[in-house]
Amino acid sequence: MSVQVKQLTKIYGTQKAVDGISFDIPEGAIVGLLGPNGAGKSTTMKILTGFIPQTSGMATVHGLDVEKNSLEIRRLTGYLPESNPLYLDMYVQEYLHYAAGFYEVNDPAKRVKQMLEMTGLGVEQHKKIGQLSKGYRQRVGLAQAMLHDPKVLILDEPTSGLDPNQLVDIRALIKEIGKSKTIILSTHIMQEVEAMCERVLIINKGKLVANDAVAQLQRKVAGGITVQVEFSDAVQQRELRSLSGIQEVRNEQGNQWLVTGDAKTDVRKTLFDYAVRSGKTVLSMSQHENSLEEIFRELTQKP
Amino acid sequence: MFTVFKREISSFLSSLIAYIVIVVFLLVTGLFMWVFPDYSLLDFGYASLDQLFIIGPWVFMFLIPAITMRFFSEEKRTGTIELLFTKPVTDTQIILGKFFAGFALVVFAVLPTLLYAVTLWFLADPVGNIDTGGIIGSYIGLLLLGAVFVSIGLFASALTDNQIVAFILGLFLCFFFYSAFDSIKLFNLPVKVQLVLEQLGISAHFYAMSKGVLDSRDLVYFGSVIALFVALTKTVLESRKW
Repeated sequence: MSVQVKQLTKIYGTQKAVDGISFDIPEGAIVGLLGPNGAGKSTTMKILTGFIPQTSGMATVHGLDVEKNSLEIRRLTGYLPESNPLYLDMYVQEYLHYAAGFYEVNDPAKRVKQMLEMTGLGVEQHKKIGQLSKGYRQRVGLAQAMLHDPKVLILDEPTSGLDPNQLVDIRALIKEIGKSKTIILSTHIMQEVEAMCERVLIINKGKLVANDAVAQLQRKVAGGITVQVEFSDAVQQRELRSLSGIQEVRNEQGNQWLVTGDAKTDVRKTLFDYAVRSGKTVLSMSQHENSLEEIFRELTQKP
Repeated sequence: MFTVFKREISSFLSSLIAYIVIVVFLLVTGLFMWVFPDYSLLDFGYASLDQLFIIGPWVFMFLIPAITMRFFSEEKRTGTIELLFTKPVTDTQIILGKFFAGFALVVFAVLPTLLYAVTLWFLADPVGNIDTGGIIGSYIGLLLLGAVFVSIGLFASALTDNQIVAFILGLFLCFFFYSAFDSIKLFNLPVKVQLVLEQLGISAHFYAMSKGVLDSRDLVYFGSVIALFVALTKTVLESRKW
């Protein structure tokens, strides 16, 4: 296991920011840490990087305890804090050389060059960081985190505030890096997790509410497939309910319904047959994806 | 530690802070030494550098907190402190890196004033008839005083994320340690208390050194004040862990 967390708790004053979280992350996985703002994502990351200690519980990175072996862990991990803080008065290249100075990097000049190339910063390397756009600053932050070829990368909202093009670039970059490293990234954008991660941890109010592979989570919450259907005439809800294999029926508006079947049933066929039998016409029918977004809302809005 | 030191130095150089500090220090001390009629060495008639060592601490009192004010407050404000403190270095290494960067700047500000001493050597009649011991002692005292001010400024900077607050706090603490103890002792206090208070202030030790006597007590005093403020800085920075 690359990262292990057991009953991790952090209390600020009287507020429980992280409340007894446990999870394991295998080596080489890209894991999304998901949750609404203030759920405890950043706090968890700060504990893993050794910036603040936990109140109780334990966390290990590559078998090293975050409290006792903080310095060794810092050598093994790369960290991109929330909002990507950088020294704006430094030049890109100068900054990376500075960051390399903290680690035992063989041939720092070559490594910096490599990172500049990998993150596509080559053109901007002689600019001051303060002059760069947000997307390029994000790349500097990532380059800085990966300079020493860390085994574990911890990225706190690596894509916040980027435009759609930059978003795609940074995601591709992270995915590329993820082939050889363990990555934990936090976000509150669902598509991001769908696009990049293999596993997802959902945190709400300091508690872990889901810990699954992305595909599995979708299936788990959704049950079977959901179909959005519109009939020509009024339909009784209990009529739809009574059809075989139907789990849930919801009225959207007028004659539009959301119908969820169980895993074995093809709801589309059932509904079509029903319409024919009762002499109604199906005006439209489309499969309604149970997106992570909805799962997220479902899991994090429970009182 | 060296990485932090190097970054601070290059930041001094690229942001003009270094040049401004050095120029202002030389300008003010130079004016008092050689130009202003009432104070100038040329009018004074005695071959001594006293003027430099009287003015020096007061100039440092303003300049050093200005150098040190951004050390931690800027990092706190921009959030880079989180990056810095998750690098594989200890808190003490970071603090010392910054401390020595500030001290290096002080050394570079003082260094050119050696020219004053050389000039004095040739001005003296007969040539070379100056209090060399006193001058060397004063220089060491001035550098140690600078180091104390740097450690005070470092502490003030760690307390806040606002540079102005850090500057004013640093200025006040430097002033307090330099001369307030002398003033407090003027109250009608028992002699023993007066003596203790005097020994707590920087100026008593600074003037003791400027006589050219390197007393271990003075060195220990400067060393402990620096250690005290470095330790306080560490405590303040570690308060994030409470």
